Amino acid sequence: MTVQLSDITAADIAAERANFPGAFSAPLRERAAAWLAWGGAAALTVYCLQRFGFLSMDFIHGVAKFGAVVVAQLFPPAGFADLPMFIKVIGETIAMAFLGTLLGAVFAFPLSFFASRNMTRSRPLQFGTRRFADLLRSFDYLIWALIFVRAIGLGPLAGIMAIAVVETGTFIKLYSEAIENLDRKQVDGIAAAGGNGLQRIRFGVLPQVLPMMLSNTLYMFEHNVRSASILGIVGAGGIGFLLADRLRAYELQEACLIIMLVVLTVYAIDFLSKTLRERLIGDHRRREPVDDAEQVPAPR
Amino acid sequence: MSAGDIPPARPRGAVARFDADYAAYRREKRIYAFLFGAAFVACVAVAGITAKFDVLRLVEGLPRTSEFLVKLIPPIGYATFSKDVAEWYWDINKWMGSLLNTLLMAYLATVLGTLAGGILSFFAARNLARHYLTYWVTRRVLEVARTVPDLVWALLFVIAFGIGPLAGILAISVHTLGAQGKLFAEVNENISPLPIDGIRASGGTWWQEVRFAVLPQVIPNYMSYTFWRMELNVRSATIVGFVGAGGIGHDLFTAVQLLYFSDAGAILLIIVATIMAIDVLSEHFRHRAIGKASFAH
Repeated sequence: MTVQLSDITAADIAAERANFPGAFSAPLRERAAAWLAWGGAAALTVYCLQRFGFLSMDFIHGVAKFGAVVVAQLFPPAGFADLPMFIKVIGETIAMAFLGTLLGAVFAFPLSFFASRNMTRSRPLQFGTRRFADLLRSFDYLIWALIFVRAIGLGPLAGIMAIAVVETGTFIKLYSEAIENLDRKQVDGIAAAGGNGLQRIRFGVLPQVLPMMLSNTLYMFEHNVRSASILGIVGAGGIGFLLADRLRAYELQEACLIIMLVVLTVYAIDFLSKTLRERLIGDHRRREPVDDAEQVPAPR
Repeated sequence: MSAGDIPPARPRGAVARFDADYAAYRREKRIYAFLFGAAFVACVAVAGITAKFDVLRLVEGLPRTSEFLVKLIPPIGYATFSKDVAEWYWDINKWMGSLLNTLLMAYLATVLGTLAGGILSFFAARNLARHYLTYWVTRRVLEVARTVPDLVWALLFVIAFGIGPLAGILAISVHTLGAQGKLFAEVNENISPLPIDGIRASGGTWWQEVRFAVLPQVIPNYMSYTFWRMELNVRSATIVGFVGAGGIGHDLFTAVQLLYFSDAGAILLIIVATIMAIDVLSEHFRHRAIGKASFAH
């Protein structure tokens, strides 16, 4: 029996709706809850707009001033006489990100084994290390920079330490997640062949997790070049100091040049790191053992 | 029977060839490792010189850092616990007000940035953009919005809007716009055309197409990204105060500048507790949003 679309009348649809209300729309309670959630969110938004002065004339004036004063004065970029100095300081910024990421990775590497469920027998030690990592991570780079500037003085060293501390937390988390996801069989193989703890890590764990760790580390380096470019705002070295200085002195055209340099640097580092990451991971995939024959290099 | 008694059953030539190949492979690998190591050491050296990395200053500074960290928490006695804590948090009302401001700033910035980014994401999606030019321009705008750090946006907005939360909200909104626009565009590019065809075939209007074919596919992902962004924006909202753009960061900055250590410690503790609570909440909501996503498909 075939049913033509034209055979279905409005009465049929009404009958079906009465029989199977769930197929036509969600239950009233669910719909009411959804409307309440969206309505509450909208009401809160309006309240916030009012609270922070978006609905006043000051906001309109601010927008006008932003257009007339800030945007108009940013262009064209100027200060090309200082370009060599800017580039040198950008170099310092990249170096801060590099050293900070490296120190973070060096600190986090041994600690990540304590934070991995499959490497540490003691539950409290594993849990404690994880929470310690969370604590380091939960403060922004800038907050750590503020602390280190007070303790070790103005300059890139404070920035390097700020990045190193946050990255120690991040890397403990990322590395230990990589370690927890490894294949147990290789480690068991080394243990069965009489390998001690260190050999199990060197030949059972590291070959599996190292590409993942390297890739994560490079990714965070990329991220930290961005972070390092603003740490100077609180005096922790890098291009941020010059940028904040120019902006506070209303040297907007020079600030514009610096912002452009920062954006270009970020693009360049992103591209480099992405290429390197793809090579590392690609390399890893190519060499992943499918069977024994692939691990032995073919004779040339 | 000793090992020497076993007769050589395997063909000698193959083993020798394997050994030679394996040695060559190892040698090549060692050379690469050495070159890579040398390049790495050179990078570290150059970076160390460029950033004026001074181990002596670091060794000198670390005890002062720990001294600083210790001073953040005032002495709290067991017997006088509640009195000491009350004294430590003497300005709790002001700080809680700042915290509320920070959270509302993050919320409003998330909403504004997400709405703007959501609209732009339709122009930045390859399958929805009508003209290549609008697609290209939107993509570049989104890139600039998210590559310029939010603190730099805050500095710019403080010039125009003056010191206060308004500048901070706008700064975080612009950054959010850039990030959400890109992520949402990727979601838009991945939708299946089949439900759209279905609605169109049964005579649906354009609005019904969007409502019943497009939105059910994209909303769960949008929601998941938005909760995640909210989490990041709370972090941003705690630091934009450093440049005068409102929120609890302003209190923290002042306390550190004036060397009010126990105040700084109290505020830091408030920030940590907030960030951790938001992390947990955001994860909970994200899982709910994703749960609906798997149900929708």
